Amino acid sequence: MAIELKMPALSPTMEQGTLAKWLKAEGDRIEPGDIIAEIETDKATMEFEAIDEGVLSKILIAAGTEDVAVGAVIALIEGEGEEAATPAPAAAEAPASAPAPAPKAEKPAPAPTAKDPAIPAGTSLTSTTVREALRDAMAEEMRADPRVFVMGEEVAEYQGAYKVTQGLLAEFGPKRVIDTPITEYGFAGIGTGAAMGGLRPIVEFMTFNFAMQAIDHIINSAAKTNYMSGGQMRCPIVFRGPNGAATRVGAQHSQNYGPWYASVPGLIVIAPYDAADAKGLLKAAIRCDDPVVFLENELVYGRNFDVPDMDDYVLPIGKARIMREGSDVTIVSYSIGVGMALDAAATLADEGIDAEVIDLRTLRPLDTQAILTSLAKTNRLIIAEEGWPTCSIASEVIAVCMEQGFDHLDAPVLRVCNEDVPLPYAANLEKLALIDPARIAAAARKVCYK
Amino acid sequence: MAKQPAKPSVAKKTSVPTGDHPDFTLHSLQDAFEANKRYAADDAEMMEFYRQMLLIRRFEEKAGQLYGLGLIGGFCHLYIGQEAVAIGLQSALDNDRDSVITGYRDHGHMLAYGIDPKVIMAELTGREAGISKGKGGSMHMFSTEHKFYGGHGIVGAQVALGGGLALAHQYNNDGGICLAYFGDGAANQGQVYETFNMAALWKLPIVFVVEDNQYAMGTATKRSSAETAFYRRGTAFRIPGMEVNGMDVLEVRAAAEIAFAHVRAGHGPVLMECNTYRYRGHSMSDPAKYRTREEVQEQRDHHDPIEGLKKTLIEAGKTEDELKAIDKGIRADVAQAADFAETSPEPGAGELYTDVLVGEY
Repeated sequence: MAIELKMPALSPTMEQGTLAKWLKAEGDRIEPGDIIAEIETDKATMEFEAIDEGVLSKILIAAGTEDVAVGAVIALIEGEGEEAATPAPAAAEAPASAPAPAPKAEKPAPAPTAKDPAIPAGTSLTSTTVREALRDAMAEEMRADPRVFVMGEEVAEYQGAYKVTQGLLAEFGPKRVIDTPITEYGFAGIGTGAAMGGLRPIVEFMTFNFAMQAIDHIINSAAKTNYMSGGQMRCPIVFRGPNGAATRVGAQHSQNYGPWYASVPGLIVIAPYDAADAKGLLKAAIRCDDPVVFLENELVYGRNFDVPDMDDYVLPIGKARIMREGSDVTIVSYSIGVGMALDAAATLADEGIDAEVIDLRTLRPLDTQAILTSLAKTNRLIIAEEGWPTCSIASEVIAVCMEQGFDHLDAPVLRVCNEDVPLPYAANLEKLALIDPARIAAAARKVCYK
Repeated sequence: MAKQPAKPSVAKKTSVPTGDHPDFTLHSLQDAFEANKRYAADDAEMMEFYRQMLLIRRFEEKAGQLYGLGLIGGFCHLYIGQEAVAIGLQSALDNDRDSVITGYRDHGHMLAYGIDPKVIMAELTGREAGISKGKGGSMHMFSTEHKFYGGHGIVGAQVALGGGLALAHQYNNDGGICLAYFGDGAANQGQVYETFNMAALWKLPIVFVVEDNQYAMGTATKRSSAETAFYRRGTAFRIPGMEVNGMDVLEVRAAAEIAFAHVRAGHGPVLMECNTYRYRGHSMSDPAKYRTREEVQEQRDHHDPIEGLKKTLIEAGKTEDELKAIDKGIRADVAQAADFAETSPEPGAGELYTDVLVGEY
């Protein structure tokens, strides 16, 4: 039985090529590894190597022939004895089962709306800093699940560069509170591998600016592997740390990475504002079976908020929260911007403008329903974001309003973002670059035509 | 098809650097290995090594063929020539406990587990029956059932991830070790050394294996690496190194025994360099113009791992006919796998949206 030699595809894009030269003649003996011919593509000349053994019985395409289609039979090898019975693959054309045209895939329906847990009447509240709320969340989850551990720079003996991990080493010991060397790429990879191996790591970045060294593992290793493995691989890891501008630390230490991570399928991205949300969402993040990027803000760490005294306060991921109800204009924000939006709303209230403030809390998946519901009520919307305007969360919210809320709009959606420059060091310039309540209020007035 | 007796080694370096202080070069494991370099396999083991290596060879030849026919797309990196490394090492693992991770040249490491060639080939052709449901492809295959954690396309990423798998072994105190493979190209990535540092600092149970196939894509090691004796690259972190002829499955197995015992005993990582050679281009679209035809032929004729073991088997009394029968069976299995990979359906359109996230939010 003759083995058909077919014009090989030598690159992912090759469709045809030139059969430049035959290096074997009809009647020659062929052994695996022998070079039979040279094939020219638009990029290179490649050698065509034999896989089977036998005798080259017939050359069907002459040397020098151009535009030979990939898959065309170019020669026959007559096998010797039974080994030649190896069947050559049959079809040369594209996968035979490829349906044409492919049916349009239907996106699965979104999960039913989850709500924040009801806080029973009479539950006491404790004023807590965001810093303590984050620590409490980690400690509670570490008590509940021995697979949970924390690693990062200065998280153990130093008690955290921003004191978020204070006290954890004393309670849980060095096996579960691990000081790493200053090697973000390496320990992000080790944390990700540990999650793949069945643990539940919390990887602290001293700030997310340093996570740029590690972004390959966050995106290529943590976010994509479940998909690439057809659902076999799990990566339940939390990458957390302060994000966004601090105070006068200059351009390299002042950046909001929310939009970067929120653009990546396979990641959950959370950016809470107050202490109760920080606690409830970090607990949810640690329990989550998906990789989570948890963006905190240094300037908010020390602020006090009421946190309900509940044994297990866990919030749903992917749900925005109405921070202030209003009827005239919606201000969408997240993280530190929420405080500024609330300040702006107070100013606007004095002027007779009733603003609704929405805290997105989760940036991916985005709670588009909450945005659209509020828009349908107020018909006017602005986004306040402590970050650059281009390709921002604000851009995304505007796209959502255009695509799904256009009929409800009485004014263009405006974004209030930082100036489109690296953050300057000089105090006056830094102030000019960052958003503030006054700019948010001005945008709100504009869409209210006041 | 060896026309001359197989030589045992790729032989490009001096194995023991003279003049270095032994504490620094940390070659106590190498000394133990040098004392008894070839694993004393019994006939049954040798026949199994032969079968497994031949399966990888024939599988990869067929994959190359299917690529040429346009049935396999994208990047496809073949393991032909390097078979002894995966088989020598993985035959020494305790598969109930140990984990393995590698880069994108991963077909052979999966076959070494005895994973059905059908589901591997079907992944290469992007079919629903593929081990990643057709969504990973050649470079992204996993089998958590076998504790095989991929299949990673970013050069060097698997080294840090392997460090994490080792951390999980240590954390869970499960007695397992991680075997993390990478190439001579990946050996120049910074994260490899970040991982060496932490692995040694924390005494993680991991064996780092450099599969030195002499070329990082088209760049010869001597053109890219200031230190081409890769086994010495752990010395700055006090990681003992071993230099192994990766073209001899029995030498690789002997080295594996020593390295695994050291790591399993809690002494921290080992860095093993397996000198090997890939016969094909870096990927299917690599014309391999950076080396001569003669260089490749010399490796095939004198150092081929399968021909080398075949010679040992013949000396041990096996007949050509017995070995030919094995080849025949493998060819049939591989042909069946190819047939399966060609005829099984592509993933349903609905698979586009599955496995992005585990939870619903």
